[in-house]
Amino acid sequence: MRKFWDSSVGKKVVMGLTGLVLVGFVLGHMAGNLQVFMGMERYNAYAKLLQEDIIEITWAVRVALLVSVVLHVTAAWQLTRRSWDARPVAYALREAQVSTYASRTMRWGGIYLFLFLVLHLGQFTLGWTWLFPEYAKGAAYGNVVLAFGHPFWVAFYLVAMFFLLLHLFHGTWAVLRTLGLAKNAAEPLQRRLPLIIALVVTVGFSLVPLGVALGFVR
Amino acid sequence: MSGTMNITLKVWRQAGPTAPGGFEEYKAPGISPDMSFLEMLDVVNERLIEGGKDPIAFDHDCREGICGMCGLMINGSAHGPSKLTTTCQLHMRSFKDGDYITIEPWRAKAFPVLRDLVVDRGPLDRIIQAGGFVSVATGSPQDANALPIGKLEADEAMDAAACIGCGACVAACPNASVSLFTAAKISHLGLLPQGQPERYRRALHMVAQMDLEGFGGCTLFGECMEACPKGISIDFIKRMHGDYIWGAVTEKPEKVALGSG
Repeated sequence: MRKFWDSSVGKKVVMGLTGLVLVGFVLGHMAGNLQVFMGMERYNAYAKLLQEDIIEITWAVRVALLVSVVLHVTAAWQLTRRSWDARPVAYALREAQVSTYASRTMRWGGIYLFLFLVLHLGQFTLGWTWLFPEYAKGAAYGNVVLAFGHPFWVAFYLVAMFFLLLHLFHGTWAVLRTLGLAKNAAEPLQRRLPLIIALVVTVGFSLVPLGVALGFVR
Repeated sequence: MSGTMNITLKVWRQAGPTAPGGFEEYKAPGISPDMSFLEMLDVVNERLIEGGKDPIAFDHDCREGICGMCGLMINGSAHGPSKLTTTCQLHMRSFKDGDYITIEPWRAKAFPVLRDLVVDRGPLDRIIQAGGFVSVATGSPQDANALPIGKLEADEAMDAAACIGCGACVAACPNASVSLFTAAKISHLGLLPQGQPERYRRALHMVAQMDLEGFGGCTLFGECMEACPKGISIDFIKRMHGDYIWGAVTEKPEKVALGSG
């Protein structure tokens, strides 16, 4: 175990496996969020279902997600440090040839996403009133409408979704290669399914703040 | 003189492993577009020697693209702008008259600069020593047909075996990862029946050695594949990961610690 975790491949595998858990979560979370377009009653009932009726299951999922995030971020942090240490003298000139913008923004985008995650939980789950004074416990629909009445929150969420798009575009492609599962390909950098997953998730998520900001949800 | 080029070079100069280094500019007039990149450097060096100055040190050997000795970072791209090309097979016709060319050594903690553009690629040898071999009883060779190997397997093994160990993958990788090299060496043996008995142990040992040497990890940028003069695919990195994972799950602990050479 220890040896596996210490190796760069082992850490990468941990990142891949935890990443898969998180991809599964964002897909479900996105689908759940879209119920905001079905009206206040339906949305609040969904919130009550998760937070009261099946709270035991919710907690099991939360623990799994928390463990995944901690492992994902820890491995990413340690691997990043190793990579930076691996080239102490930088090139005066190094041109990116084929690497995607997505692959080059995994680290900084990941930091933004982590920051987003903390504020997002504080805003809607933990109800930090210093952050979001209009928060009302149990009023999930109202909280969404009030939050995205602020252009700041709309912008903050849309930027996060932009980085999530990039993160998923690279991550969902790379994970099968990290786990040794992908098939050989004539053009290994080409991908279709990861683009679809990334677009579905981020467009789905973005519809909520946009729906409020444009007046479809009120 | 018609048909020749005037170029300017910006070259990393460093007197020794511990000496401080820096860039120097050199004018190189009258360069023929038919020269290889290394022949152009030869000309520059002749002029430096005539002027009583130290020539630029750079690695080279066969100059026909198969030995893996040469390797320069040219204008921010490993082995220069041409695809599937070593530095010695890059020709000056790939540049234009008046070009300004930046030349740097491979940069990685594991590849310390020895002098100017020459780096120590010993870590690649130690990765091989850690497992890049098959343990067989030597003796008279057996009949070549005794071990049937499928055409596709043989082809794929040869694709991996095309690696000349030049280190361009490390140089081009934003993480200074040696994954493509290691993966190629693991795969060209692991794809063949002779390499099966040690397949997973080999992956464990060689990955452990590449970490030990201080290379970065793979994040699948894909830059290595583009820089590789032999066009080795990152599919082999995926294969290395698969072998490593399977090895980590199934390999028995070893009774004797293996040395690293």
